[in-house]
Amino acid sequence: MKIYIPPQVTRLLLFLVLFIAIFTVIKRLLTPENFGELGHYRPGSLADNAAYEPNYAGDETCIMCHPDVFESKGMDLHGDISCETCHDAGFRHSESMDATDIHIPAGREFCGICHSQNAGRSANYVFQVDLKGHNTGKNCTDCHNPHQPWDLKE
Amino acid sequence: MGPKGIDNSRRKFIRNTALAAGGALTAFLTQPAKALVIAAGKPADPGTPWYGIGIDIDKCIGCGRCARACKIENDVPDEPFYFRSWVEQYTIKNDGEVVIEAPNGGVGGFTQSVPDEEIFKSFFVPKMCNQCYKSPCEQVCPVGATYLSPEGAVLVDKDHCIGCRYCIQACPYGCRYIHPEKKVVDKCNLCYHRITKGMQPACFEVCPTGARIFGDLNDREGELVAFIREHNCQVLKPHLNTGSKLFYNSLSSEVK
Repeated sequence: MKIYIPPQVTRLLLFLVLFIAIFTVIKRLLTPENFGELGHYRPGSLADNAAYEPNYAGDETCIMCHPDVFESKGMDLHGDISCETCHDAGFRHSESMDATDIHIPAGREFCGICHSQNAGRSANYVFQVDLKGHNTGKNCTDCHNPHQPWDLKE
Repeated sequence: MGPKGIDNSRRKFIRNTALAAGGALTAFLTQPAKALVIAAGKPADPGTPWYGIGIDIDKCIGCGRCARACKIENDVPDEPFYFRSWVEQYTIKNDGEVVIEAPNGGVGGFTQSVPDEEIFKSFFVPKMCNQCYKSPCEQVCPVGATYLSPEGAVLVDKDHCIGCRYCIQACPYGCRYIHPEKKVVDKCNLCYHRITKGMQPACFEVCPTGARIFGDLNDREGELVAFIREHNCQVLKPHLNTGSKLFYNSLSSEVK
């Protein structure tokens, strides 16, 4: 018995097969190698993400050249604060040892980032100063040693 | 089938419906208690690290050094609206109005805009990628360019991303943006380049008050697990069941 397949069905099937074949080829070409080995992603991407160089060097790096500053800082309230909290990223400076590669903050506004009065700040965690009333016109560092803020200069 | 048969099946139908409704209600009621347990998640191998984040809102002073450090560390564009990590100030006024501010994401610190006498309470909420372990952003990516690393960090494969912005729409925490130069999506990767070298992510490193705690959820004796155990921690939007691994202490209900 011969089954009659209409020509339009044959043509449709042919197109379908062609479509699937082209789709498979394109998908193969666009999917990265090893894709899906560890999960639904390219495993090499883990290494790509990890390869980026850090800019923040960490206190362990700072202490290698500046043990004196580190020690004086440790004696006062700023002791628990990382050097790079105020001085910004120090990796480049640790390589070049160039003073221009590290940020030396200055000005009342900078100290005010933490120490200005704000209702959102808990008095338990930061000492707040009324910047509009406290020794206006002077720089904070005129009187305070930033590494030992309670050690006032004469 | 007589009328009796019809009555029987109706009774059965009503009973089953009531059971299902009761079950759904019980599940719904127990959900909030379960949310944190679900969120903590469990990786396949408890021997490997499974990183999470703790943020103590009580300790945050809103200096925004974390937001600044993140931009410097990860080459995030300086212009506002590109952030991997940022800080918001919530101020609840005496009349109940909630004012939410984040000038430049808190990078330059905050200046209080509401007069003291009008404030009922005010607090800072640092925000960043929640590193969800059932992340919506990962689920919608059509090409598999965003994924959960074995350490529990949600990463982006920059070479494979097609920039379709699906994930930006999907993230309920608004933690993603298209990098204006690279033209691919960018987000907090928990400083993957640092944590794989044994360092802390930059924002944790610079926090002056120790409000941010980075740690391994698998380490039961670790600092982060102790923080979650000892404080009344919550995740953001627990009803979305994203499996967030960012735990906030003292999270007010006003925070969205």
